[in-house]
Amino acid sequence: MTFSPQLEEIFAKMLQQYPEGRTRSAVVPMLIYAQDEVGSVNRELIEEVARRCKVTPLQVDEVVGYYSMLHRKPMGKYHVQVCTNISCLLVGGEELYESAKKKLGIGHKQVTADGQFSLEEVECMGACSWAPAVEINYDFHHFVTPEKLNQLIDSLKRAQ
Amino acid sequence: MAELVKLNINGREIQAEKGALLIEVARQNGIEVPAFCYHEDYTLQAACRMCLVEIEKTPKLQVGCTTPVAEGMVVHTESDVVKKARKGTLEFLLTNHPLDCPVCDKGGECELQDMVFRYGAGESRFVERKHHVDEKQWSPVVFFDAPRCILCYRCVRACNEGMGVGALGIGNRGVISEIVPNQGDHLECDECGACIDICPVGALTSGSYRYQTRPWEMDHVGTICTHCADGCKTTLGVRVDKIVRGNNRDRSGINNEFLCVKGRYAFDFVEHPERLQSPMLKTAKGHEPISWSKAISLIANKFGETVLAGGKFGVVGSNHTTNEENFFLAKFAREGLGTKNIDHHRTGDLATFFDALSGKPDSLASSGDLYNVKAVLVVGSDLAQQHPFLSFQIRANFRHHNAHVYAVTSGPVREDNQAIASVRVQKGGELAGVESQRDKLKAEVNLVIVFGDAIQGDALRKLVAFGDSLGIPVKYVCLVDYSNSRGAFDMGVLPRDGGLSREQVLAAADLDVLWVVGANPLKNAALASKKAFVVVQDLFLSETAQQADIVLPAASAYEKSGTVTNVCGEVQKLKAAAKVMGTKTDLEIFGLLAKEMGLNLGIWLPDKVFEEIRKTVHGYNVPLPIVATGGAAPTMPLNGRVAALPGSIASANDTLFTSGSLSKYSNVLNAVMESPGKLYGGEGK
Amino acid sequence: MAKQLFNQPSPLETMVLSKRFALEGSETLDVYLKNDGFKAFLKAKEMTPEAIIDEVKASALRGRGGAGFPTGLKWSFVPRTSPKPRVIVVNADESEPGTCKDRLLIEYDPHQMIEGILIAGLAVDAHVGYVYIRGEYRYLIEKMDRAIAEAYSKGYLGNNVAGTGWKFDLYTHSGAGAYECGEETALLDSLEGKRGIPRMKPPFPAVAGAWGLPTLLNNVETFSAIPPIIRDGGAAFAALGTPKNGGTRLVCISGHVNKPGVYELPLGFPMMKAIDEVAGGIPGGRKLKAVVPGGSSCPILTASECDIPMDYDTLAKIGSMLGSGGMVVLDETTDMVRFALRIMRFYQHESCGWCIPCREGTTWLRKILQRFYEGHGRREDISLLGELSKNMLGRTFCALGDAAAMPTISIVEKFTEDFERYLARETVAV
Repeated sequence: MTFSPQLEEIFAKMLQQYPEGRTRSAVVPMLIYAQDEVGSVNRELIEEVARRCKVTPLQVDEVVGYYSMLHRKPMGKYHVQVCTNISCLLVGGEELYESAKKKLGIGHKQVTADGQFSLEEVECMGACSWAPAVEINYDFHHFVTPEKLNQLIDSLKRAQ
Repeated sequence: MAELVKLNINGREIQAEKGALLIEVARQNGIEVPAFCYHEDYTLQAACRMCLVEIEKTPKLQVGCTTPVAEGMVVHTESDVVKKARKGTLEFLLTNHPLDCPVCDKGGECELQDMVFRYGAGESRFVERKHHVDEKQWSPVVFFDAPRCILCYRCVRACNEGMGVGALGIGNRGVISEIVPNQGDHLECDECGACIDICPVGALTSGSYRYQTRPWEMDHVGTICTHCADGCKTTLGVRVDKIVRGNNRDRSGINNEFLCVKGRYAFDFVEHPERLQSPMLKTAKGHEPISWSKAISLIANKFGETVLAGGKFGVVGSNHTTNEENFFLAKFAREGLGTKNIDHHRTGDLATFFDALSGKPDSLASSGDLYNVKAVLVVGSDLAQQHPFLSFQIRANFRHHNAHVYAVTSGPVREDNQAIASVRVQKGGELAGVESQRDKLKAEVNLVIVFGDAIQGDALRKLVAFGDSLGIPVKYVCLVDYSNSRGAFDMGVLPRDGGLSREQVLAAADLDVLWVVGANPLKNAALASKKAFVVVQDLFLSETAQQADIVLPAASAYEKSGTVTNVCGEVQKLKAAAKVMGTKTDLEIFGLLAKEMGLNLGIWLPDKVFEEIRKTVHGYNVPLPIVATGGAAPTMPLNGRVAALPGSIASANDTLFTSGSLSKYSNVLNAVMESPGKLYGGEGK
Repeated sequence: MAKQLFNQPSPLETMVLSKRFALEGSETLDVYLKNDGFKAFLKAKEMTPEAIIDEVKASALRGRGGAGFPTGLKWSFVPRTSPKPRVIVVNADESEPGTCKDRLLIEYDPHQMIEGILIAGLAVDAHVGYVYIRGEYRYLIEKMDRAIAEAYSKGYLGNNVAGTGWKFDLYTHSGAGAYECGEETALLDSLEGKRGIPRMKPPFPAVAGAWGLPTLLNNVETFSAIPPIIRDGGAAFAALGTPKNGGTRLVCISGHVNKPGVYELPLGFPMMKAIDEVAGGIPGGRKLKAVVPGGSSCPILTASECDIPMDYDTLAKIGSMLGSGGMVVLDETTDMVRFALRIMRFYQHESCGWCIPCREGTTWLRKILQRFYEGHGRREDISLLGELSKNMLGRTFCALGDAAAMPTISIVEKFTEDFERYLARETVAV
């Protein structure tokens, strides 16, 4: 399994940055960076990461099950993550999430039929003072209202 | 000597080694501190929180499994606070544990049941829905029921640390965490079942035992595994004369909890439908059943005629039958039949071994030595495949004592994971490989050298010379294959004093009688003599039995008493667990034949024969109480030269999933063999 | 035209760590160097390790991650002369609900943190560091990588830091979504490529941390506070706060306030003043109901308990904690059953599953709260919530169990009437 030249460069550096013989340390970052490119963590990716980091596939598999950002099934091209944790909750986070469900017609960790959008109700992502917050892929959006989120989704649809 | 501290547990003044774990100190003093995750052989987890204890002057309850004892510590293990905490933890555990105890295999011997009985509540405050996941089958042997699992991680550690396989891990997170197999939806592993037996609850169950019986309806018979030569104790669960389970959860025997797939599950050949249950006579129409009395009389007549005529006998003994049987057979051949032509399939060069070590009485390693010695050198054997218990001992020694492991082998072996030096050699290059480690080995405190059949004859003498030259105490294990190979040798089932070897017997065109006991010499060889009368005692109609004039159905090791001697020369007692209709033990067959022939070879009861063995066989004057109580008594066959023997020596090269002719008749072994994964040389599913 | 910030600063702030935030290009090394950057490092280079640690001790700086352990003391535990190399790890896994300050320190002033790390390197004789950043902060990892690359290219990282001939390498490391990895030993397991399960202590990370090596592990804000402490002296920093509670800290105010934001306030700053004046008070003139003083793990305070100075000791005295600086303000309209449920959903989701009481306890509590919230509550559930929380408290492997139990116990005990109100509604059979 090979990745894009950019990712290969990142991985080459990554495997160098830990002490001698500690390539296992690259497992978590390698998985998440690779997932961004591959779309999900499938069996082939698990075996590839295991090979590169010199661990058993089971050791990689254990990690995949643990971290909530790693997905075994592909998420949408735009992964909409709505925070409903306490700071967001107090200023409409749950209502925002409900509205996103309606707008996209999908629920928690579901993907739209065209594969463009997926939705996830997430835990606190460190935007409490600018709540409610939404992260689409890795882009933060602060003080989000249902209207603003609808507009955002529409603009992403148009951008395709 | 470690520093001692004084502490007080439950009002008792106790002395203990400083730094010892509180839970161990308590247990050693008869104070049980309950725990699920704690297991003295494996790494600490502190996960189950059952061993919480109250330590005065410490604000919070502490876990006994990770708290080292200290001077002046005052501990309460059964105070109200502690009991309440345990009750609370159990209440948490039961929230998601299905209360299907009436149909759970573990019911009656479940640690969770016992713990709830002691500390738990009579009723539940939990009124929510339980989280359900369907049961999964991971291999022919292993089933997993996630909701029953309490996540103590014993199975994960037994597989990873104990077996060195690492086939089990932890998937998901939080309340949906569960144990996961290495291949996503199935296991590729040793299929040893250690994970199942170490499970405190019924989360892991075995394909062969599940739903067979309630545990209290079984008799438990501790006997010795009949497969490889390591001599593991297996405790057979017997229900109405049928063996339904094998394990060693009582930790008796040299092997503690260890057993491989053969010891735990491959008892099923006993019940195989092809098992012979009547003597058979070869006729024009094939083999036809005859009565025992007729069979014995026919054989006795033929043997007697041949003796009178000065005819030529060939006797092939077994490396599965007991010491008593081997002893009696050797005596029968020499004294009763007047022949020296007796042999068995030899799998290690014990003759040269004992001869080379003559005068070095301390040079035979016990199975315990492999766990305690500072350094181990493995030469020319894949122990994990052929001697799984010895391999386990070495791993345990590495884990607990940081033993130095050296592997000189022709391919990768599991010991590589512990080895400070792994040397790959071509077959025949073993000694050079050993020599390459001389400097490091010289610096060791002591050493055990374990070697396979690649080292025989001259090479064996050179290896001993190498050991002598290191200037440190060196002990040896000469690997042999089957459950009583060592006993067959020691009891003299050997072509001594000019007798014909197994190969020579088969090749002798003038052979009059071939008597085969528990062996299959004609599997890969032809019988040269066309006139030979062939008598075979066996469990199944083997290739040899198919050519026999008379076949006698023999009892297996699980159906008889007697003793066997393992690869390290330790004598242990067999206990009959099952009974198969129509069969007789080989010893009884010998006795009946001797009687019929009018020979006086002594009483043929196992205990009486063993008495004679103790008196007459060199090195077997072992303490009777050790053997009688199920212990392993070391023999001392050294001192005195041993003459070279004719014939070849070769390991059967069995794997973890084969056991000579027996493997064919074990459904479990066949099932696990059908799906050998990449780890075990197959293509994987 | 001033730079667009996450929130406008308040005149009541004492800006020490955040003083460069508003500068154009504050994330660049050039701007950092022009504004006191690396003065502290060069000063520390001339000091003995003991003197550096003494200065940190004198600052009364306490760990800003949440536990509030005295930083100087923590540094002194690292065996400087061990034959094993020392490692520095930065905890940028910011994930305590209510907390969003480390983001700003990395986004606006990464070189300040780098300088703090380098000074720590001098203090414990370490030559390598890892910044563990939560996976959700990918944009920050990229910013941090750019800052590190700039520092290397200009000689402030690498084989000759600031021309002193001293060597230090710094790397980023991405998490992948796990609150538990904010716990320092779980973070180390994660850094080693494993599931983020906390470790048994002892040994503490100072003795055997990352890869078994002696490890100095602190929060982003803790490292960021080091340059001002060394530059201006520990005493000066300490003097900004109250005794034993040195300096300033970034307080993240969220929830029902008019001007939510991250504000740098001295330790001991009055809580009500922070709410009413710094954060502009509660919208619509509504009344204060409760305050989460330092992230969701802290026992909640009723309005009447909030007239206090914000320092570690005062909060401890009233049975709560200053925590991570995440202050969540709740007005009188807040439904505490819903709030408690959301907190428990979080802890249940984040429980690593290692130990029984946390794994099963958070799940059971969540199920009860869920049922209660859906109108199927029973009177006995109120006491059950408290009892089960107490069965978790102090009995779990790590502090996550306590973090779930403490707010629940406080909510059930202090806001029982909110639960009663649910029972008074039309009851529905379970």
